[in-house]
Amino acid sequence: MTTSRTDLTTVDVAELSRLLTTGEVSAAEVTRAHLDRISAADDRLGAYLHVEHDSALAAATAVDEARSGGADLGPLAGVPVALKDLVVTEGVPTTSGSKILEGWLPPYSATIATRLADAGTVMLGKTNMDEFAMGSSTENSAYQVSRNPWDLDRIPGGSSGGSSAAVAGHLAPWAIGTDTGGSIRQPAAVTGLVGHKPTYGSVSRYGLIAFSSSLDQAGPMARTVLDAALMHEVIGGYDPRDSTSIDAPLAGLADAARSGADGDLRGLRVGVVRELGGDGHTDGYDPGVLARTHEAVEVLAGLGADVVEVSCPSFDLALPAYYLIAPSEASSNLARYEGVRFGLRVGDDGSHDLDEVMALTREQGFGPEVKRRIILGTYALSSGYYEAYYGQAQKVRTLITREFTAGFADVDVLVSPTMPTVAFPLGARVDDPIAMYAADLCTLPASLAGLPAISVPSGLSEGLPVGLQIMAPALADDRCYRVAAALEAAQDAARGHRLLDELPALAGAA
Amino acid sequence: MSSISRDDVAHLARLSRLAVTDEELDQFAGQLDQVLAAVARVGEAAVVDVPPMSHAVPLTNVLRADVVTPSLPRDAVLAGAPAAEDDRFRVPRILQEEA
Repeated sequence: MTTSRTDLTTVDVAELSRLLTTGEVSAAEVTRAHLDRISAADDRLGAYLHVEHDSALAAATAVDEARSGGADLGPLAGVPVALKDLVVTEGVPTTSGSKILEGWLPPYSATIATRLADAGTVMLGKTNMDEFAMGSSTENSAYQVSRNPWDLDRIPGGSSGGSSAAVAGHLAPWAIGTDTGGSIRQPAAVTGLVGHKPTYGSVSRYGLIAFSSSLDQAGPMARTVLDAALMHEVIGGYDPRDSTSIDAPLAGLADAARSGADGDLRGLRVGVVRELGGDGHTDGYDPGVLARTHEAVEVLAGLGADVVEVSCPSFDLALPAYYLIAPSEASSNLARYEGVRFGLRVGDDGSHDLDEVMALTREQGFGPEVKRRIILGTYALSSGYYEAYYGQAQKVRTLITREFTAGFADVDVLVSPTMPTVAFPLGARVDDPIAMYAADLCTLPASLAGLPAISVPSGLSEGLPVGLQIMAPALADDRCYRVAAALEAAQDAARGHRLLDELPALAGAA
Repeated sequence: MSSISRDDVAHLARLSRLAVTDEELDQFAGQLDQVLAAVARVGEAAVVDVPPMSHAVPLTNVLRADVVTPSLPRDAVLAGAPAAEDDRFRVPRILQEEA
């Protein structure tokens, strides 16, 4: 059987790697197939803010030439990749979804971008996102709407919604996302992808445009658990340029995914979190999401896992704690956009002093959600309110972390839905910040505790994907991959195909 | 817990260097009041003797070796600035005329 160029956009990374290393396809063919697909479909999906047509083809051709010259390039050389637009890339536009950075060409690259390039991967472009990663639907992008390939009138999740739309829509085989309160896991869940938030400190933040520094982590978004693990192994590990980087080796993540797919979970203890969709905690949850979650847990039990319910009462306060801590850190981090060192400057006409130019620049350069969060964070950190808001939120963070520690004394992983609902319609929550924030309900606890958590598809509800979240202790990311791969393999076998095979074909993308 | 007024938002916007419009003040005051009411629930937690947590990774004094490493080239950095002059960032005046 020959593989046509169109087919190459549907091939997962593990298989692309095999086709490339055996010489059955060239890197240029793979890259061109994806660029063609982007040209055909991205006007509908809005996944990319910037596409690197010429440099991607040049990089792919260089891989082919090196390979035909006998160079030992490593298994991922020639595989295309998309990066969320807050990953700083030297000489390539990087906006973080904000007008304040429009036209900025960074003078350096993020560690994870360098590691992906060193592995020989080919950057296709930069993906859309909520401005400064503040949002759950990508509707806060200052540039464009991104759409869910399963239903173009619905959100692709957020804030990494350009990455989820690109990978689910086959405009990239995989992509980098970042997760502060759920921004990898939630968009992965609503588009039928696998998304993993690594242990805090295990993937370098050097060169990631900061939102909330004690929470931000980059990680993989992919179509299979194994692909996600393969990307994680490329980007993870100690980086002296990130002072919060953990100097510890990564557990074998791809090995964990492969062994999980064998389907033997005997001896594994799984805890279902009561406060995240369990008895007495179902308000706001779709019945279909709860049904898929229950079925997924049954599958794990069928593979030999022991399942118990675990109660973590403080998780009820994760959302209010997060929406104090993250805006507080953001109000500080975003002070760097002062119209002097990079980006936009407004009002520099001789009649305004520096303070006024800063205020005019930030007023024009930031969108409404960013302004709301800066103001809220400034309030929460101000004297007189600090203890009641930020200080109290930090103590709740301790309580949540303690409940995880207690839970993991009895079980190996904790599970929940990734998001209380399926993808909601575009526009449904834009004027209601509280409703928008509720999309992160299930993902926030692991973010606050700095723990690894993965979202893996658990089926469809109303024809739209649902994700199961699997959380593990710090540095036990391998457990997430193992359990997720077991569920994926069992469901694919029972279904006879992958969930993404049920994706409605995109019109105009033959 | 307190609520947040339009005047409070105007004051916070000044502290945050945001030249917000009157329409934004009206909009943000209402929205932030709602958000604040929601996040004030952190006050329900029993936290006597619970230490605050600022970070998931316990770290103290992360220092690198005291050796010179290359910095970014000056021209590459200035190329991203909205205004540069004499190999420096150019800033608007910082003092009022009457000062």
